[in-house]
Amino acid sequence: MNFWVIQGLNGLAFGSLLFILASGFSLIFGLMRIVNLSHGAYFMLGAYVGISAMAAGASFWTAILIGGVAIAVLGAVIERLILRRLTGQPLAQVLVTLGIAFIIADACVWIWTGDPRPVPMPRELAGAFRIHQLAFPIYRLFVIGVAFTLAAALWFLLERTRLGAMIRAGVDDLNMARAMGIRTSVLFPVVFCLGSALAGAGGVLAGPILSVYPGLDTDMLPLALVVVILGGVGSLLGAFIGSLIIGFIYSYGQALFPDLAYMILFLPMVLVLTLRPTGLFGRQAI
Amino acid sequence: MGTDALVISGLNAFYGDSHVLHDVSFTVKQGQVLGLLGRNGAGKTTCISAIVGLVRAKTARLELFGQSIAGLSPEAISLNGIGLVPQGRRIFPSLTVIENLTVAARRGRAGQRSQWTLNDVYEAFPRLAERKQQLAGSLSGGEQQMLAISRALMTNPRLILFDEPSEGLAPQIVTEVAAVLRRLRESGLSIVLVEQNIRLALEIADDVVVLNTGYVAHTGGAEALRADGARIQQLLGIY
Ligand SMILES: Nc1ncnc2c1ncn2[C@@H]1O[C@H](COP(=O)(O)OP(=O)(O)OP(=O)(O)O)[C@@H](O)[C@H]1O
Ligand SMILES: [Mg+2]
Repeated sequence: MNFWVIQGLNGLAFGSLLFILASGFSLIFGLMRIVNLSHGAYFMLGAYVGISAMAAGASFWTAILIGGVAIAVLGAVIERLILRRLTGQPLAQVLVTLGIAFIIADACVWIWTGDPRPVPMPRELAGAFRIHQLAFPIYRLFVIGVAFTLAAALWFLLERTRLGAMIRAGVDDLNMARAMGIRTSVLFPVVFCLGSALAGAGGVLAGPILSVYPGLDTDMLPLALVVVILGGVGSLLGAFIGSLIIGFIYSYGQALFPDLAYMILFLPMVLVLTLRPTGLFGRQAI
Repeated sequence: MGTDALVISGLNAFYGDSHVLHDVSFTVKQGQVLGLLGRNGAGKTTCISAIVGLVRAKTARLELFGQSIAGLSPEAISLNGIGLVPQGRRIFPSLTVIENLTVAARRGRAGQRSQWTLNDVYEAFPRLAERKQQLAGSLSGGEQQMLAISRALMTNPRLILFDEPSEGLAPQIVTEVAAVLRRLRESGLSIVLVEQNIRLALEIADDVVVLNTGYVAHTGGAEALRADGARIQQLLGIY
């Protein structure tokens, strides 16, 4: 019994981290039609930047902010200088974002060496939450809380503001949105920077749970991809449900069938792509 | 009086290697309706897409009220005052009716005669007001067409392009669409009307351009063509 509850909470916590990563990835994919293969690298780089910020004396909270802002700026530069020139060339975009991912990964090894770095937990969230026989790290509960708050905030942005409606219009039919005067030169940077910021801040937030190491990027990117394919491209609800599903599968799968971890994670993706190419909540087929 | 609403000359458009429009030229006079006719695949939609910047095209001249819009992005062309009611309606299905209207909403240029607001649109199309919180994708075909028209009006255009607004609609709804078109013409809006419904187009249009496999086959007044059944038969093979 305890096993199921603890692994369930672990799954929820991991799903929460995934949501922070995948929500931006999904919006970028849905609106700009870019499969941003750098997204995992943004997550890792954000975590490293956060570590350095903390080493320089910043608090954990400031480090999250710095990680988010740094990656948002990087995203803005990449969007403006590179991706915008490749509008309408999906293959070139995929290759470029893959190349950027490799460059970032190499730069990280060069700057922060290849040794895994633990990320200290903020003192106020250390320790465990106890109920009956169960003990669960407070920090993980906090991460779950952050993800749900973020989901609510993104929901508000997308569903209750005019900017959000414009983004959804662009996801529905980008050419028509443009023909109605909705400016991609405004929407694209907003969405790309938002997604980048979430990836960067999410990396720092994930640090105390996952730690930071070379390969964190390539561990996370496929999971974000699975989440988005499962949930549906450009769908916030899809990213949310998909993240939780993959979080649970990951957590129980690792515990129960450690040898089959990848099969268990990617089988749902294969099934969804075959049976429902738009994902559970999406409109666009991949 | 003064400049024309739209001047196109020497328009060539391509999809990859296939040359779809050949030196298409025509003029839309201010406050008038130009009927753009032609059989299936003649290139009407391509022509509309080229005007709004969604299809890259080579043009000698593309001018909106005397101002060149050649090479501008679709959003810039929209902001310059062209509204589009696209073929197949293409409303934003996952947005509500009201969101479809507000994302497009924009004030017209200073001194423009008619200014459309949400209330004007609801007054003109009461059914949209009733369904304003409904997802646009759940509307009937006729309602979606009314929404597509309203969405274009919310951008307060100077020139509005209709691509087969009666396509796939019940006769009663077609009558309603025709009434809307007449009303817009009376309000002084300049209009390009693409139609397969020749009778409807000839009734509403002032001038007519007929495309045939990407070439302009005929340009002239609608009235003259209306009276010349043989010519219509020859150009369009129907009626
Ligand atoms: N996206 C595209 N790629 C390649 N060829 C296209 C594309 N769209 C249209 N065509 C071709 O260009 C030609 C003109 O098509 P267009 O859609 O402009 O015709 P249309 O007059 O609007 O026809 P309809 O009355 O059926 O709407 C056709 O031969 C069509 O097959
Ligand atoms: Mg057409």
